[in-house]
Amino acid sequence: MNAPAYNFAYLDEQTKRMIRRAILKAIAIPGYQVPFASREMPMPYGWGTGGVQVTAAILGPQDVLKVIDQGSDDTTNAISIRKFFAKTAGVATTTATEEATVIQTRHRIPETALHANQVLVYQVPIPEPLRFLEPRETETRRMHALAEYGLMHVKLYEDIARFGHIATAYAYPVKVNARYVMDPSPTPKFDNPKMDHSPALQLFGAGREKRIYAIPPYTKVVSLDFEDHPFEPYRFNAPCALCAAENSYLDEIVTDDKGGRMFVCSDTDYCEGRQAAGHHGSLSAAPYKEKAGSHG
Amino acid sequence: MTTIAELPPGFVDKVLSAQSTFRSVMDAMARPGSVQRIVPMAGAPATMMRGTAAIALTLFDHDTPLWLDARMSESSDVTKWLKFHTGAPVVQDSSIASFALISDGATLPSLERFALGTNEYPDRSTTVILQVDGLDTGRSFELRGPGIDGVTMLQASIRPFDLFERLRMNETLFPRGIDLVLVADDAVVAIPRTTRVESKES
Repeated sequence: MNAPAYNFAYLDEQTKRMIRRAILKAIAIPGYQVPFASREMPMPYGWGTGGVQVTAAILGPQDVLKVIDQGSDDTTNAISIRKFFAKTAGVATTTATEEATVIQTRHRIPETALHANQVLVYQVPIPEPLRFLEPRETETRRMHALAEYGLMHVKLYEDIARFGHIATAYAYPVKVNARYVMDPSPTPKFDNPKMDHSPALQLFGAGREKRIYAIPPYTKVVSLDFEDHPFEPYRFNAPCALCAAENSYLDEIVTDDKGGRMFVCSDTDYCEGRQAAGHHGSLSAAPYKEKAGSHG
Repeated sequence: MTTIAELPPGFVDKVLSAQSTFRSVMDAMARPGSVQRIVPMAGAPATMMRGTAAIALTLFDHDTPLWLDARMSESSDVTKWLKFHTGAPVVQDSSIASFALISDGATLPSLERFALGTNEYPDRSTTVILQVDGLDTGRSFELRGPGIDGVTMLQASIRPFDLFERLRMNETLFPRGIDLVLVADDAVVAIPRTTRVESKES
């Protein structure tokens, strides 16, 4: 076999040093986007190249890696990244949140509370929260330098003027350590409160936009709002159809062409864990019923 | 004269040793005041502690200008070792240094002389690596800030005696500032610019 011999975790050592230095500065300046020399990865932009580079720079042989995409361990993106690191770094992988030491995520924070020995790595498409309000990088950089975030409040206010409430449902802007306004990546705003005072280190990588930023553990993360329109995490008001969870973030799944739909946990590990523990929703899959029948 | 063959060696396993060292430094930076251990060992020239040597091998390269204090810059063992193993350029002007290595805290220059970053690019600042006598004995300090759940204690024997008073400039400079890494043998403690340090001593 003539397979090319890649370095451990794919990236060369010079690249890892550069990324590692950026990560250290990102942790030292919570919420500030550190520019880094993002590399081409063997996957297209938009598939998590930023998160993959951050993971590759921190991953060691002792780590246990979990990768989720919209909460799911089983989508193409999650599986291919998990296999990528199983192959290039030989690390153990898992789908169980509590067993993982490094969790790479696209657009969700696991429902199971994270602990201090974990690092959460976010894949970020557009790291600049002000980008759609001000397209010029020179201007947004100055706005961050001056902590001039009035424009963002105007945007949220315009939501209220138009819809009567803040209509931003994902990538909801947060202020980190009372200084930098930061894009939490396109996580649903349901997840924003989990970022606040988290025992786990949170790292963000944007490959195409070439930025790395971080929230250290136990750091204040506040979702922007107004006194008379306080931040409210949104959740569809229904139990999960598979595990009956009342407090998890739900995905809407269309089940037929007659308007049928079901709501299930977006976090597959959380949902499977609850089902294994005996929780059943209104549409629990047949195998569980059969199992329950054969035992009873 | 030291020849290349006589230089203390670098890491036995470059890749995994650098990874392990980085995780210790990252954990130290993410949890200010916590004492992290650097496990992989490399040879280190005189005046350089093994923790410092491991950090140098992990983070320094041709992209990181270094500033050395007098005792280190006067030691040809140190400069040769750094040049051979990391290729990092040693600079005289501390205000353009990515990293500063301080072996003798008593000679630490005024912190304003290092790169503090700009308000637009606060990351373009010097990380000061200071070798200290001990990170388990000595005076007690109370630390607060991001990475710390409320308050944490640090015991450290450090010079200069007024180090943390000098570091107070980070409060008003933020987001500019100096990030500090303290090394005692294989122990590492980081004090990023967001950490507030108070002496608990009478």
